[in-house]
Amino acid sequence: MQSRNNLILVLILLLILLAGYIALPIDHPDWFIRIVAPHQKGDPNALTLRLGLDLQGGTQIQLMPDLPAGQTATADDLERARAIIERRVNGLGVSESLVQTGKDRIIVALPGVKDPDAAIETLRSTGQLEFVDLGSNPEGLGAGDQINTTLGEAPNPVSDKTYETIMTGDKLKNVDVRRNANTQKPYIAFELTKEGSRIFGDYSGSHIGQFLAIVMDKTILSAPVIKAKITDAGIIEGDFTLEEAQNLAIQMKYGALPVPLKVVDVRTVGPSLGEDSVRRSLLAGTIGVIVVLLFMFAYYRLPGLLADLALIGFVAFNMALYKIIPVVLTLPGIAGFLLTTGTAVDANILIFERMREELRAGRSLPSAVEAGFSRAWTSILDSNLSTILTGLILLYFGSNFGASVVQGFAITLIIGVLVSMFTAVFATRTFMRFLIQHFAEPLKDKLSWFSI
Amino acid sequence: MYDIIQHRRWYYIFSTLVIIPGLAIMIYSMVTIGTPFRLAIDFTGGSLWELRFERPIPPGDMVSFFQSQGINDANVHTIGDEYTLVIRTKPLSPEEKQTLLQAMEAHFGQKPEELQFRAVGPTVGKEVTRTAFIAVVLASFVILGFIIWAFRQVDHPFRYGVSAIIAMIHDILVASAFFSLMGFLSGWEVDALFLTALLTVIGFSVQDTIVVFDRIRENSRRRKGEPFEVLANRSLLETMQRSIATQINAMFVMIALLLFGGVTIRQFIATMFVGMLSGTYSSIFIATPLLVSWNNREGIFGWFGGKKKVRAKNASA
Repeated sequence: MQSRNNLILVLILLLILLAGYIALPIDHPDWFIRIVAPHQKGDPNALTLRLGLDLQGGTQIQLMPDLPAGQTATADDLERARAIIERRVNGLGVSESLVQTGKDRIIVALPGVKDPDAAIETLRSTGQLEFVDLGSNPEGLGAGDQINTTLGEAPNPVSDKTYETIMTGDKLKNVDVRRNANTQKPYIAFELTKEGSRIFGDYSGSHIGQFLAIVMDKTILSAPVIKAKITDAGIIEGDFTLEEAQNLAIQMKYGALPVPLKVVDVRTVGPSLGEDSVRRSLLAGTIGVIVVLLFMFAYYRLPGLLADLALIGFVAFNMALYKIIPVVLTLPGIAGFLLTTGTAVDANILIFERMREELRAGRSLPSAVEAGFSRAWTSILDSNLSTILTGLILLYFGSNFGASVVQGFAITLIIGVLVSMFTAVFATRTFMRFLIQHFAEPLKDKLSWFSI
Repeated sequence: MYDIIQHRRWYYIFSTLVIIPGLAIMIYSMVTIGTPFRLAIDFTGGSLWELRFERPIPPGDMVSFFQSQGINDANVHTIGDEYTLVIRTKPLSPEEKQTLLQAMEAHFGQKPEELQFRAVGPTVGKEVTRTAFIAVVLASFVILGFIIWAFRQVDHPFRYGVSAIIAMIHDILVASAFFSLMGFLSGWEVDALFLTALLTVIGFSVQDTIVVFDRIRENSRRRKGEPFEVLANRSLLETMQRSIATQINAMFVMIALLLFGGVTIRQFIATMFVGMLSGTYSSIFIATPLLVSWNNREGIFGWFGGKKKVRAKNASA
């Protein structure tokens, strides 16, 4: 019994050290990441604390299908739209971006994005790509002009004329940007599907020397001249910079969305506000935890000191779990975590109050300690279960409409309550048992150390 | 043994005196603005724009600037200091925002720093309101069910559940009344975080109540034959130390967050703070006294069955 407790004590202390090491804001070695967080292998941000938009600055956008009344988008439509949006987001080059589907919407998180408005524009464009026959281009149309096509009308067309759509973007197989070996000028190379090759071959063969417009959402992106018959692969040359060519390629590649989308919710936090929040939260958290540590020691003396040790373990375990799972920390999330330090301490308070009662009733120290833990356990379990239930409801409520603020709070609350049962009950009990076993004699007359 | 329970009428009266004015504020709010609280754009739809300028700009100037841009519903106030303005309007599209920013720069001669922006479409708001309502109702039922289950081995588990729920509604009303009042005094608006605060208050309120009930459950096993009133009082006194110590700790953390924490969650923490104070109070002075009142069939509890007067005067004092 005694040696078993010693073994558990050593294991708990090692675990706290391990958690403390994970919680350190340093680069952890690869082999360590492979053992502790195998699912984050190869992630450059493995075992770092992930900050939400409100702490880091950035934008969260919620998009919903924009369909006429009566029509609904299927889950499949939404998932395909999500995949396309995700590729567009990746095209923006925002690290740590996240694209998820909710019940009826797509939620895009763009942490640290510099120009949120431009990003929203890129995401939102319906992206219907058409290849349109301009004939000899009598109107002198070029990039930026809007035209009506046989597939639909433009909002602000340059003329009333309707041009014929030869093919839509879904018949493109691959789009790439390359550079001309001699002139270093960028051009776009594309490949066509089998059906695309047939349509495009027929058309380009009979229209050499005429203009072909590449049209995105009724706006001309580029209007090159057909120089030769194009069947399975072709190139588009023009007077564009590398960046323009890349944008064009991205739009051609990831163009058509299965359903048009509208932006229903935008949340942007500037970087300076985020930094301010991080600084304030750190300060508030440190002060809060220190005051609680002092209070526990002042109020419960020796047991309080052990509870403090467990509380330090509690903080380390939480931080480590946030990094391992990983949990995206938000401002309400930090509040949730700090509230659960209260829960962790509450468990100890329940136990110590019980211990005091038993000691006052004349029990011996070892039996008072054991009775304190076993009697307080049902209260701790029942009350923590009620908090976890509320947390789960919050989680459901938050995930249902993309309120990541609510989810962030619920997740840290649930993790905190679970960890508190380990540190405040199991770890503190192990510490107490160790103390009682090894120092029972000297402690016998020192009941004042137990605040009696 | 000090008898807390015998003064229960006073606690009921005290809580009523706190809650009635709170309800009055909410009703007054219903009459004047149509809802019991000021609603944030989470529910109404719209845009909220927080901008920081290098020179102070009077909110009135910003309102007239928006009017000159054809936006007549702009509501502007300062936050923190006079350099930071919060502008609330109809939902703005990215294009409108860019146009406004450029016009603002030309008009005021300085480019503001964008601290925060949020836009919510009008249809989403209704849905959020519905989901929020479902969440609160769901939480109440789940907790009622949980308590009835947890106390299934005691006599009348239903009473425990209902008493805990009444204490919980008490705390929701106190926190709501506080928020409604702050809506009038400082323009606080109900958002998703307010609902989170309420649901957390529910969780912790029940936690406090369960600790006391748990002791009643334990004592009723150990002290068979002791009148319920005495038993309940004993359980309250035995758990009092814990309730106070826990409340003090929670207060430390929340005061630290209020004083030093992020500005954006200040309302959230303050609501939780008030709710939790109420939670500790109600677990001692409402939930347990209600159990005794019910047991003794006092007042409206007399309607649930024949009168049964148990008047055990401090048997073990």
